[in-house]
Amino acid sequence: MAKVTFLEAIRQAQMEEMTRDERVFIMGEDIICNVFGTTTGFVDAFGTERVRDTPISENGFIGAAAGASMVGMRPIVDATISSFLYPAMDQIMSIIAKSRYIYGGQARLPLVIRSCLFYGNSNAAQHSDRNYSMFMNVPGLKIMVPSTAYDMKGMLKAAVRDDDPVLCFEDSTCWTSKSDMPDDPDFLIPLGKGDIKREGTDLSIIAIGGGVPLALKAAATLAKEGISAEVVDPRSLVPLDKEIILRSVRKTGRAITVDPAHQSCSAGSEIAALIAEHAFDSLRGPVLRIATAETHVPFSPPIEKALYPSAERIIAAARRLVGAREAVDA
Amino acid sequence: MTDGQNDRSLEKYRRMQRIRQFEDLAEAIHAQGEIPGALHTYAGQEASGVGACMALNTEDYMVGTHRSHGHPIAKGAKLRPLMAELLGKATGICKGKGGSMHLSDFSVGSLGETSIVGSGVPVAAGAALGSKMQGNGRVALCFFGDGATNEGAFHEGLNIAAIWKLPAIFVCENNGYAVSTPASVAVPVKDIAERAKAYGMPSIIVDGQDVDAVEAAVAEAVERARTGGGPTFVETKTYRYADHAVNMGRILLDRGAEVDEWRERDPLKLYRAKLIAAGTAADLLDRIEKEVADEVADALQFARDSAYPTQEEAFDDVFVDRLPIPDFIKA
Repeated sequence: MAKVTFLEAIRQAQMEEMTRDERVFIMGEDIICNVFGTTTGFVDAFGTERVRDTPISENGFIGAAAGASMVGMRPIVDATISSFLYPAMDQIMSIIAKSRYIYGGQARLPLVIRSCLFYGNSNAAQHSDRNYSMFMNVPGLKIMVPSTAYDMKGMLKAAVRDDDPVLCFEDSTCWTSKSDMPDDPDFLIPLGKGDIKREGTDLSIIAIGGGVPLALKAAATLAKEGISAEVVDPRSLVPLDKEIILRSVRKTGRAITVDPAHQSCSAGSEIAALIAEHAFDSLRGPVLRIATAETHVPFSPPIEKALYPSAERIIAAARRLVGAREAVDA
Repeated sequence: MTDGQNDRSLEKYRRMQRIRQFEDLAEAIHAQGEIPGALHTYAGQEASGVGACMALNTEDYMVGTHRSHGHPIAKGAKLRPLMAELLGKATGICKGKGGSMHLSDFSVGSLGETSIVGSGVPVAAGAALGSKMQGNGRVALCFFGDGATNEGAFHEGLNIAAIWKLPAIFVCENNGYAVSTPASVAVPVKDIAERAKAYGMPSIIVDGQDVDAVEAAVAEAVERARTGGGPTFVETKTYRYADHAVNMGRILLDRGAEVDEWRERDPLKLYRAKLIAAGTAADLLDRIEKEVADEVADALQFARDSAYPTQEEAFDDVFVDRLPIPDFIKA
C-alpha cells in the first residue's frame, strides 16, 4: 500500500494490464515522449510495437483502434485532451458506438479511449472542454469520469478488461490528488458502481469528476454550520449507478448536482431529471444544478474561473435549499 | 478443369450471378414494398467485388460500404441470412438491425459494411494493424467509392497504413458518381489512384468490368501485403446502373446513353463470352444461372418464412450485455 497520484494511477493501470495481457497496446499522439507522465518506461518494457506514436489524425487512429479491436486486440488510445475527440466524432459515434449493434452482435470492440478534461488553466475555449455528457447522448459507449487516484486505477483496469468500448475522462483538476493504492494486480472497480464519498443526512450532493473535491470541501464547511451533506460520486456515467443516487436522495430529501460540464443536457441535468422522476415524493425542495455557465471558456484569467462550479456556489445552494420555504433557484 | 475452364473461373461466374440475381429480386420486391428503407444496389460492379474477393482467403478481412450486398456475396457469404436481413427478420445476418446498408457476414471475414462514406478506411487499417501485431498473415481489404476519397478518413487511414507498412489493400470502386455528383467535378485528378502517390503507396488501375483483371491486380496487392511490403491502392474503373439508391431518380442527373454504353460492357456478359470462347459449354453456364436462381428463390422463401425480431431484441447488442428494457416496451 503506497500513496500515488492520479496520473501515477493511470500509469500503473496501463502497465499492469499490458503486462497481464499481450493483446493490450497503447497508441496515440506523443505517447513515447510521454507528455503527462502516464507512459513512463513503457517503451523499455513493451517496445515500439505495443507503444505507438500516431500521426496527428484522431479520426484515423481512433478508427484504427476500432479495427484492431474488432480483430482481437485490446487497444488503449490516448487522445490527450478531450477536445481532440471532436475530429474523431465520426469514428466514435458511427463506428465505435454502433458497429456491434448494426451487425447484430457479430462485432466486439474492447477498446479504451482516454482523454483529459483540461480546463481552468487559461487554455481558451478549444482546449477547455468538459464534454462527457455529449457522448452520453449516444448508446453504445461506456463513460467513466473518476475523481480519485484509487477510483481511476481500479476503473481503468476494469475498462481495459471490459468487452465494450469505454471513454475514460481524466479531470485534470484531480491530477495531483493522492490515494493509498492496493498492491493487488487484480484490483478492479466495476463500471456502473458509484461511491459515497461522505455520509450525510440533510442533503445529497451528486458530483462528477472535479466536482467531487469541490463538493467535499463544501460539505466540510456546511458541517460547521450544522448542515450534514452526503457526497455521492457516480464515478461512471454510463452505466450510471441510479440506485446509489436515488437511495441517497430518498434518505436526505434534498439534492444538488455538481457537474463541470455546461449545464444544458449535462450529466447533472440527466441526474436531476432522474431524481425528479423517481424520488419526487422524497424531495423537500427543487433539485438544484451547479454547472459551468453557458458561455465559451474565455482565455483571460480573471473571468475564467468564476464560470465553473465552486465550493462557494455549492455552499450557497445548500444553504438556500436546506433553509428554503419559498421557491429556490441556483 | 471443367469443360475447358477451371472451377475457379466458374466460381467467379457463379458469385457474379449470385450478386446480380440477388439484387434483381431484391429490387423487385422492394418496389412492391416488401423491403423497407433504401436499397443501394451494386449491379454493374460485380466484377470488381468478386475479382477482389477471389484474391483473398476466407479468413482475410474485408470492410465495405453502404452498397453492401455485393461484397459479402463476393466473399462467399450464404444468401439466406442476407435476404432475411433485407426483410428485417430475426434470422438476418444482422438480426434485422442493420438492413440493406450493412449486410456484413463476419463468418467470411467481413468486419462491417458501413454507410458513412469513407469511415471504413481507418477500420481496415486497424484490422491490418491487428493482423500485423498478431503475425497471423491475414490481410485487410477495404472497398470504397470515388466519393470516399474526398473524405478525411480516407487520407488518415491511408497515411497510417503507409507509415506502418500494414498488410492492407485499398480498393476504390470508381463508379463515376458520388450520389449524383460526377467524380469529374469532385475529384481534381484524372485517376483516383494518383492520390496514393501522396502516401508513397504503389497503385494499380484496372478495368473493373473484367473479373480476371481485378483478381490479378488484387492478387498482386495481397502478395505484397502478406510479404511485408505494405499497402497497395487499387482503382477499379466500373459503373453502377441504378440510381444512388433505387427509385431516387428524381434527384439524379439524366445520364442519357451512358448507362447503355456501360451495359455493353456488362461484367457478367463479358465473362460469359470469355468463358465460352475459352471452351466452356454454354449449357454449363446456363445451369449455373439456374442453380443461382434457385438459391436466390430459396433465400427469399427462407426470409419470408422467418419471424421478425421481438421488441426486446432492440436492446440486444448495444453492449455485450443486454440493456434493461423500459417499462413502456414491456407493457
